[in-house]
Amino acid sequence: MMLGVVGRQAGEVGRLIFKRCSNDNAAAMAWVAASKRFMSTTEMNVRDALNSAIDEEMSADSKVFVIGEEVGEYQGAYKVTKGLLQKFGPDRVLDTPITEAGFTGLGVGAAFQGLKPIVEFMTFNFAMQAIDHIINSAAKTNYMSGGTINVPIVFRGPNGAAAGVAAQHSQCFAAWYGQVPGLKVLVPYNAEDARGLLKAAIRDPDPVVFLENEIMYGETFPVSPEVLDPSFTLPIGQAKVEREGKDITITAFSKMVGYALKAADELAKEGISVEVINLRSIRPLDRATINASVRKTSRLVTLEEGWPQHGVGAEICASVVEESFYYLDAPVERICGADVPMPYAANLERLAVPQIEDVIRAVRRACHRSSAEDQREAA
Amino acid sequence: MAVSLASRVGGLVSLDACSLLGNNGVCKQAEQKSHCSVVVAGVAAFQSRFFFGDNSPYTSTSVVWRGAMTAGGSKAGGGRGRGVVAAAGGEGSTATMASAPELVKPKPKAKPQELLVTKEEGLEIYEDLMLGRTFEDMCAQMYYRGKMFGFVHLYNGQEAVSTGFIKLLKKEDFVTSTYRDHVHALSKGVPARQVMSELFGKSTGCCRGQGGSMHMFSKEHGLLGGFAFIGEGIPVATGAAFTTKYKREVLKDENADAVSIAFFGDGTANNGQFFECLNMATLWKLPIIFVVENNLWAIGMSHYRSTSDPEIWKKGPAFGMPGIHVDGMDVLKVREVAKEAIARARRGDGPTLIECETYRFRGHSLADPDELRSPAEKAHYAARDPITSFKAYLLENNLVTEAELNAIDKKIDDVVEDAVEFADASPLPIRSQLLENVFADPKGFGIGPDGKYRCEDPGFTAGTAQV
Repeated sequence: MMLGVVGRQAGEVGRLIFKRCSNDNAAAMAWVAASKRFMSTTEMNVRDALNSAIDEEMSADSKVFVIGEEVGEYQGAYKVTKGLLQKFGPDRVLDTPITEAGFTGLGVGAAFQGLKPIVEFMTFNFAMQAIDHIINSAAKTNYMSGGTINVPIVFRGPNGAAAGVAAQHSQCFAAWYGQVPGLKVLVPYNAEDARGLLKAAIRDPDPVVFLENEIMYGETFPVSPEVLDPSFTLPIGQAKVEREGKDITITAFSKMVGYALKAADELAKEGISVEVINLRSIRPLDRATINASVRKTSRLVTLEEGWPQHGVGAEICASVVEESFYYLDAPVERICGADVPMPYAANLERLAVPQIEDVIRAVRRACHRSSAEDQREAA
Repeated sequence: MAVSLASRVGGLVSLDACSLLGNNGVCKQAEQKSHCSVVVAGVAAFQSRFFFGDNSPYTSTSVVWRGAMTAGGSKAGGGRGRGVVAAAGGEGSTATMASAPELVKPKPKAKPQELLVTKEEGLEIYEDLMLGRTFEDMCAQMYYRGKMFGFVHLYNGQEAVSTGFIKLLKKEDFVTSTYRDHVHALSKGVPARQVMSELFGKSTGCCRGQGGSMHMFSKEHGLLGGFAFIGEGIPVATGAAFTTKYKREVLKDENADAVSIAFFGDGTANNGQFFECLNMATLWKLPIIFVVENNLWAIGMSHYRSTSDPEIWKKGPAFGMPGIHVDGMDVLKVREVAKEAIARARRGDGPTLIECETYRFRGHSLADPDELRSPAEKAHYAARDPITSFKAYLLENNLVTEAELNAIDKKIDDVVEDAVEFADASPLPIRSQLLENVFADPKGFGIGPDGKYRCEDPGFTAGTAQV
């Protein structure tokens, strides 16, 4: 904790020095890097985690390049690619016209030839204009070509609801992409996930859909020195048990992991011990971890922000019913976003996505320890 | 009517050469009261220095004429003049300009130094044309015998485009196509055996039987697909061209000069991705050639019913690249245009859009009853069969003898028969092949920090929960 305070102060000093010698780019960059590293031996936000992952992979392999709207001079629509244009030049950080289908296909064509594009979508809603290329020319090509042409491409960008951005900017695409064989779909939660999974994705020889979350970009998490090491990667297809428990399992991904953890803290006061699983990977889905956990706790609540029908929770429910049916003591509860396009009004938006109270109520229901009020408000 | 049209359009000799004939024999463009696209001899020079830079030989739009068909018919194929008309020359323009009156005069038999191909090239071209035609005819036979299934789209009649462009490419150059891709694969060098096996769905096919007629891929030969969605191959080809640029500029590989060609049809030229790629290709000066095989029909949708301005070549200059129109039934004209476009791309001057007027003799696919196209139109194009006219050119100019051509015919027949036998004898894919090749990484769990596949690490367990 103390170190963190000192680190933050050092960071501020670093920034002051940066301002003073801003004419001397090399020295300034060195100071910023040093202060960043010092500052972040304990803490890092998700945005910086993603930025550092891309930075390190681009330094390590000159075939990696970034392409997307506003990734260069604007420093990234959400500042995730900040500083990369200055460091790697316009040949490796490409600002594109507003042509999702075109530049996604261009990235796929380059990947066919062994380059490693990181295609940024301003949000995954816009990727719908390019979804033909994500599915038909990226995901399916290794199969269609009999294994001769693989596609080492990463599609990344914010996914899911933000705040007040309404229906066309708030859709969660985890279930859509998660259904497609040939894609790997990753959903990081914290800074460690962001760094490790993105580095793994960039190194991976197959197309990876990397679903971030805009609200999480600014959230800070403690990170160990191991996470900051340039060779740090996380396995694709392996979930993490964020919190161990024995009464009930909650599976969640992305921002919802935070909600599940907060709900777990509240429920611990009532004596319910919640196990929270951070999925990290929608495809391949870590069915083994989920089932092992359900066999231990006998109850399951799936939590996601997307729409309920054919969602991620539906798949997890099916997997658990198939493999661990006799271990279940209660029906599986699915907590999802409301089955409506996202409304704009703030109070309606709050009703349309899961809140911590919804998680708590669902857990209580599944544990058969709910008051009449909880039963009535079953969403 | 014909005379007044000819004089109005300034020099078109024979309306047989005009593909815009409606069923009543009157030029469709005239009916629509717009000027005849056949004639654009006086090309509007447009302010192109901004786009092309000072070193480009193109200072304005280039347009290629289907001219030089002699009056009274194109059967003999005589008078095959240069099809290329380059732009109103500015300074530094090295392209030649043939004016309308020159195009109009019937040309005498070409003198030896004016021949467009050598004997060897002529034989190579003829062999490729014949391979395409014979192979596709065999596909039709096999389909009706039940050996081939699903969607099969044949290329009969359009061989001049494939041969004209692809025979000028190197092995490292890239080609993308649509679902009408058998002949592009063959011209690019994929062995006929592998293509036929793929069509039969056998494991010896170029894609192990997992792709099929519409998804021909060959990494070795630079064939990047075979796409069922029209327009899908265009960004992919643009990306392949981008790779060449990236290799030169970022990876500092000075020998990287691979050129990319995207083949697609008239229907695709209305698709959004096409325009997106025209824009990006010029913007980043990518070594790509956009080749429109305008066969006037997209299944049953006539080009004129679906396109606001049917002259596709015009879309090039709108995006800052030369737009060229060429007679796609004449392999030599296509070849001339292709040479210039490929050279332009290879030296780094950027993309070109080439519209080839061509025709498919068969229906859209083998399931298409082909009822909407008029017999007159079909007959008109059948008379311009690229193989017949090229054969006539070779013989008339004494480049080859009949015997040599017959020998090639026989050789191709043997190649195609052998391909069928090979495909017949090849095994179907085994059951376990169903789940193979989904990922390049065998189990899809990614690559670990040590650079090896995670699933190969004996310590890799799935999950951390303690049971």
